[in-house]
Amino acid sequence: MPTAPTASTESTPLDHVVIRFAGDSGDGMQLTGDRFTAETAALGNDLATLPNFPAEIRAPAGTLPGVSSFQVQFADHDVLTPGDAPDVLVAMNPAALKANLPDLPHGATVVADSDAFTKRALSKVGFASNPLEDGSLESYRVHAVPLTSMTVEALAELGLGRKDAERSTNMFALGLLSWLYSRPTDGTRRFLEQKFGRRPAILEANLRALEAGWSFGETTETFAVRYEVAPAPAAAGTYRNVTGNTALAYGLVAAAHTARLPLVLGSYPITPASDILHTLSGLKRYGVTTLQAEDEIAGIGAALGAAYGGALGVTTTSGPGLSLKAEMLGLAVALELPLVLVDVQRGGPSTGLPTKTEQADLLQALFGRHGEAPLPVVAASTPADCFDAAHEAARIALTYMTPVVLLSDGYLANGSEPWRLPSVADLPRIRTRFASADDVPEEEHFRPYSRNPGTLARPWAVPGTPGLAHRIGGLEKADGTGEISYDPDNHDRMVRLRAAKVDGVDVPDVEVDDPWADGSHGGEGADLLVLGWGSTFGPISAAVRAARRGGARVAQAHLRHLNPFPADLGDVLRSYPRVLVPEMNLGQLALLLRARYLVDVESHTSVRGLPFTSGELERAIADAVRHAPRRPDGRGPSRTNGTAGTRLPQGSPA
Amino acid sequence: MSIDLGLPSPSQVGPGQGLRGVPSLAEGESLTRKDFVANNEVRWCPGCGDYAVLAAVQGFLPDLGVKRENIVFVSGIGCSSRFPYYLDTYGVHSIHGRAPTFATGLAVSRPDLDVWVVTGDGDGLSIGAGHLLHTMRRNLNITVLLFNNRIYGLTKGQYSPTSETGKVTKSTPAGSVDGPFNPVSLALGAEATFVARTLDSDRAHLTDVLRQAAEHRGTSFVEIYQNCPIFNDGAFDVLKDKDEAAARLVRLAAGEEVTFGGPDGRSQVVVPRLDGGGVEVVSRSAAEAAGRTPVVHDPTAEDPSAAFALSRLDDTAMGHVPVGVFRSVARPAYDDLVRAQVDAAVSAAGGPATDADLDALLAGQDTWTV
Repeated sequence: MPTAPTASTESTPLDHVVIRFAGDSGDGMQLTGDRFTAETAALGNDLATLPNFPAEIRAPAGTLPGVSSFQVQFADHDVLTPGDAPDVLVAMNPAALKANLPDLPHGATVVADSDAFTKRALSKVGFASNPLEDGSLESYRVHAVPLTSMTVEALAELGLGRKDAERSTNMFALGLLSWLYSRPTDGTRRFLEQKFGRRPAILEANLRALEAGWSFGETTETFAVRYEVAPAPAAAGTYRNVTGNTALAYGLVAAAHTARLPLVLGSYPITPASDILHTLSGLKRYGVTTLQAEDEIAGIGAALGAAYGGALGVTTTSGPGLSLKAEMLGLAVALELPLVLVDVQRGGPSTGLPTKTEQADLLQALFGRHGEAPLPVVAASTPADCFDAAHEAARIALTYMTPVVLLSDGYLANGSEPWRLPSVADLPRIRTRFASADDVPEEEHFRPYSRNPGTLARPWAVPGTPGLAHRIGGLEKADGTGEISYDPDNHDRMVRLRAAKVDGVDVPDVEVDDPWADGSHGGEGADLLVLGWGSTFGPISAAVRAARRGGARVAQAHLRHLNPFPADLGDVLRSYPRVLVPEMNLGQLALLLRARYLVDVESHTSVRGLPFTSGELERAIADAVRHAPRRPDGRGPSRTNGTAGTRLPQGSPA
Repeated sequence: MSIDLGLPSPSQVGPGQGLRGVPSLAEGESLTRKDFVANNEVRWCPGCGDYAVLAAVQGFLPDLGVKRENIVFVSGIGCSSRFPYYLDTYGVHSIHGRAPTFATGLAVSRPDLDVWVVTGDGDGLSIGAGHLLHTMRRNLNITVLLFNNRIYGLTKGQYSPTSETGKVTKSTPAGSVDGPFNPVSLALGAEATFVARTLDSDRAHLTDVLRQAAEHRGTSFVEIYQNCPIFNDGAFDVLKDKDEAAARLVRLAAGEEVTFGGPDGRSQVVVPRLDGGGVEVVSRSAAEAAGRTPVVHDPTAEDPSAAFALSRLDDTAMGHVPVGVFRSVARPAYDDLVRAQVDAAVSAAGGPATDADLDALLAGQDTWTV
């Protein structure tokens, strides 16, 4: 099978493409998308992905709730989002077409499996007639292709049952799309050989279907052109494609490795965090112990017990699990032991939208405990950034003897992007030290709550160390000695000490991307600062870029540290006439910024279980810039209304 | 699909192995009870049964012959859970019902520690029942001391999961309608590998049971009947009065007939029921007349059914109360298995991961270079 464009069909260069594969949740769309992405990454395109699937394992076939999709944007330049709208929709059945049609811009290409558009399947989702034939899709470029029957035909010699043969239709589709966008298929062949090596009949069926799909593109005249997207320029280095959950797991392993500590994960399965448990459980060779606990509380309890014993204790969960872990997290604050709690946020409240993304656990992470129980909070901004964020969370936990919450979300967890591989030797080493009897002055008792004057961390005195035997627990501790204390002044002091320790975590200053800051562009700084945190980095950056292309003076900053905030954050906020804070919640960061800095930041919020589109944010930015207040120097339009409320979606009752 | 885990042979997990891996005292070195007395003031109510258990534990720990700094007591919340504060070892007073979870992470990551969990009937069988069951199911190598006074002490006198039905307390003025747990039955149902019951007031019995529990590799579950002088005073008085005790306490001994009562302790016998399941108490004379032979206690029986039947002799009226070791069987400990898998993976790879190994992990299968 050729992997380079052939002369038979004209090849058209494109700078970027957004493809969405959609089908039943049993059709293998996530696998198809993953493989297409892997080949795209190998070609050197920059990319971003958005898997989107129902919480049901197998919703009824052919229904709208059962539609599973995978979107990938790839380009010859750096890509920040999976794309707002697909250029190409691959629809494996009428439900997939119907569910995704609202997202499809006019002129987009639809590749549909015409075999699946039966009378029954059409009526199941309310199509009165076949949209592939009735002209209702005339504003799209529609390719109705009998994918299923061609797959069955291609596998006829193998003697498989029809049902088994039909299972390979996704590979046929992948072969066709690979041809259409000039993707190689070698990696997918290797992948299939690994996956189905022990089942030769299934392997052969998949390989033949893949090849048949490619050949169909090559021989048919259905597609007049095929496309090429050139590699994106990228910093020199070695790259791989990585999802957020994988990168996060690797970041934890790398942190334990650089700290020379064993890693002990206590976890209970929960979507969308489970893949971190899966990944780490395969890494025993790296000194990783994983305990699948009986519940969320046991998961964090085991992690904290391991931390007490001298390991890097980690627990992974999603929003509902964070709620359950709250009491043990409070104990970790009181014991002052290092612990990393990963919260892969999903739609809430309650079970909410388990497979969809949201950023609404920020306040829970910061404040979701009884009593004054502050702890550092760190957030990852892109799938690859999950690696660095995990390393940073572990560094803080181990340096300051404190639990740390690391926030990811469903979009980062399952989304992927190219990752420039770090060199492990160059990673910052995390310095830890266990206390020893030498730390106890002669004739004195060990003081488990004495503090390092620089970090305010208490000593990590692990059991088995002679001379340091001590008793600690959730009851308030006397400053220094760690004895139980009900003394009012001591409690006040300890509350403030714990807070001071967290406030004192060294956090880099805010990095503001403001081309106008130095006056070199003929101004005194941008009219608007867009400030975000977490997974909104991609859409915000894309929107800021687009707004600047349109002439707007927009600065951008993104927070890695949510507690403590960077020391200069207040100054940064005050230096802009207007600050826009987009969040996938109802304004939780905005609430914090307003309270902490008395700056009238403006929220732009959306809680749809999906990442922002850059187009939506571009409009929000344009709106904010248009209403930017007149500066003292007279620049910019005057501002009439300083309040910023929650923006409801159009059509909602106000 | 399942994988042969290469489980250790019973000889590696049998009696006396509970402290394997925990550093022993140096030759000629020994500890005394005083070495285990913390300088904290003990703050239990006067007459509390916890004092007796504390004294027994402090008195018995030196016999283990292991280094003091390698002993850790983990507790939850409740009167009994203050226990760690009064022992001069490592100790953690954690949160309500969750001590087994903390102990799990600790025991798995540190094979050189002798880990104890101290809990009460409220802590361990109510809020923490799930964790306790799963710890026993897994057979984590720890020793669990469950102080059972059949009442909530620290929260001031509400009924507990072991209180008898009809118990009148502050929260049940019309009497509790809850059915109580039999902790020993519960532990046997969870297939705990070591299950025993003893009394706070019988120092010799308590000490003997604790010794066997500590030496057992796997989860040792020890229920200790313990008096609460404030909220449930005298709950076990019938077992403490000499004559009553003789008529009610069924002392289990391995390899011996299960008999009790009367001046020689042999007037009553425990025999298999004629209708099939379980055991029952009959007078020795009646048994002999009917040709029924007493049950011979075998705590090492792999099948927990016989031990379970014995545990069912018990009722909340304490007509017949078996004490001693119900079950003591060898089964690989969870923490040993977890560590063995990690160790096997590390040694198969030729040793701990180097920077280069980690670089290879991060790179994965499909990379490209720009």
